[in-house]
Amino acid sequence: MRQRNWRTEGFGRGITLFCAAILILITLSIVYFIASKGLSTFFLNGVSLTEFLTGTTWNPDADPGKFGALPFIMGSFLVTVGAALLAAPLGIGAAIFMVEIQPGWGQKILQPVVELLVGIPSVVYGFVGLSVIVPFLRNNVGGLGFSLLAGILVLTVMILPTVTSLSTDAIRRVPRDLKEASLALGATRWQTIWKIIILRSSLPGLLMAIIMGMARAFGEALAVQMVIGNTPLVPKSLLEPANTLTSAITLNMGNTIAGSAYNNALWSMGLLLLLMTFVFILLIRYVGRKGQM
Amino acid sequence: MNPKTTDRIATFVLYTIAFLIVSVLFGLLAYILYHGFQRIDLQFITSPPETMKAGGGIGPQLFNSLYLLVLTLIITIPLGLGGGIYLAEYAPKNKVTDAIRLSIEVLSSLPSIVVGLFGLMVFVNVMGWGFSILSGACALTVFNLPLLVRVVEESLRSVPREQKEASLAMGISHWTTIRKVLLPVALPGIITGTILASGRIFGEAAALLFTAGMSSPDLNFSDWSFTTPVSPLNPFRPAETLAVHIWKVNSEGLIPDARAVADGASAILVLTVLFFNLFARWFGRWIYKRLTAS
Repeated sequence: MRQRNWRTEGFGRGITLFCAAILILITLSIVYFIASKGLSTFFLNGVSLTEFLTGTTWNPDADPGKFGALPFIMGSFLVTVGAALLAAPLGIGAAIFMVEIQPGWGQKILQPVVELLVGIPSVVYGFVGLSVIVPFLRNNVGGLGFSLLAGILVLTVMILPTVTSLSTDAIRRVPRDLKEASLALGATRWQTIWKIIILRSSLPGLLMAIIMGMARAFGEALAVQMVIGNTPLVPKSLLEPANTLTSAITLNMGNTIAGSAYNNALWSMGLLLLLMTFVFILLIRYVGRKGQM
Repeated sequence: MNPKTTDRIATFVLYTIAFLIVSVLFGLLAYILYHGFQRIDLQFITSPPETMKAGGGIGPQLFNSLYLLVLTLIITIPLGLGGGIYLAEYAPKNKVTDAIRLSIEVLSSLPSIVVGLFGLMVFVNVMGWGFSILSGACALTVFNLPLLVRVVEESLRSVPREQKEASLAMGISHWTTIRKVLLPVALPGIITGTILASGRIFGEAAALLFTAGMSSPDLNFSDWSFTTPVSPLNPFRPAETLAVHIWKVNSEGLIPDARAVADGASAILVLTVLFFNLFARWFGRWIYKRLTAS
């Protein structure tokens, strides 16, 4: 009896460890495969790393090809930062509203809507951007409509639910006694919210919500590709078309020959996206550790 | 400015933000559903798409999305259960466990286009499955698995300690305790989490462009074998899903009614995701009542 127990025990532990280890295997192979393809641009095709990261001319079909990916890198960062700048105040404001100002209908209406919107597929956001935001910009603001600004607006709406729901969690974790002590000392509601809730207690949580939103915006491919216009130039204004790393991969991966310098350059962009994922994770871990202190 | 005025201004601003968000979000939903319902009818849902002229439907795409979801769940659920059980019950505090947790974090925050690139290289080229449902399902597994492992782990951890200890105290082995005591109690949480994750798989597009492909062969819906190329069930055929179809008709489609087709397809996609969400909430509440007799 005892031996049989021991045997099923070993079986259970072994098989579950196997399942968990698959996660490590997948992660390592993603890093290995993307890195080996992405680095071959520099080692096999002889493109210089400095040109790739800082060059502004993207013309891989020319002879010799120009592989300056800066317009794509800039585009990715600009849409991400732009979306975060818009989504952060809106999302955090909505979170404060839901927790502190109107918990009643805030939680009954705002919260379910926000949760449903987290799940809406990003293509749908892109499509609505294409059929509402792009014509609106073209007719009322100027330019083609396909622009950096359109990309920023689409991403803002897309990451708003993520930022809002994570901020709500952070604000909810603030202990009640802190708020009540502040109110009892005669502080107004806004003083309490600003000094106690935002600046003291939930700042790390709110930062984390913004970083998560930025990570999502940086990696989004189709929604941005549909509205940003896809020109490989560094945009001079918000109304000019631009391009991002993700949309360059989306558009060209299928049309280039595997193994060519052009194709490998796209994999290098994939590698950049992978590296940025690690940067975002490190940021989140750093902010999280600050929050525990 | 005196604090009372600041307080009033701040309250006003917060109300405006809340109102703005509610109207943007409701406007978005209303826009998608209103435009979609003008296109959706039985013919649209069942007939195949057109390549050059107007009037095409989304029948095969809808089927592909559902079939891909089922295949992905068949691969993910056993692996997710195993991984979740290990992390909740067995995992010691060591380097391996740290590596597993880091992997979960990395995989769940990878951009989906990167997962698509990985799938293109490994499943499509190295494994030689080509643009196929199987390649697509494996790519979706890559980012569904970490979600599911988290769901299983959290559900198992929320089982009351006493139940586990009572079982162990009766001399029942740890593995049997997990299977007969912990899993049944954790099941509602696991099912709710799985349904929510399914909604995400259903709407995924970027990871599928280069794995499940951007085309669908003419399907013969009376042929249900797993091997013929026109069979809907054949896992080795290319399969364009609903989400990919929306992207394709908008960016490289030639049909004149691209806008209307995308309207209808978006509405169906959103309705399905809404259905998954509402169903998960309802199911969680229902099974909680059944189990707790409250």
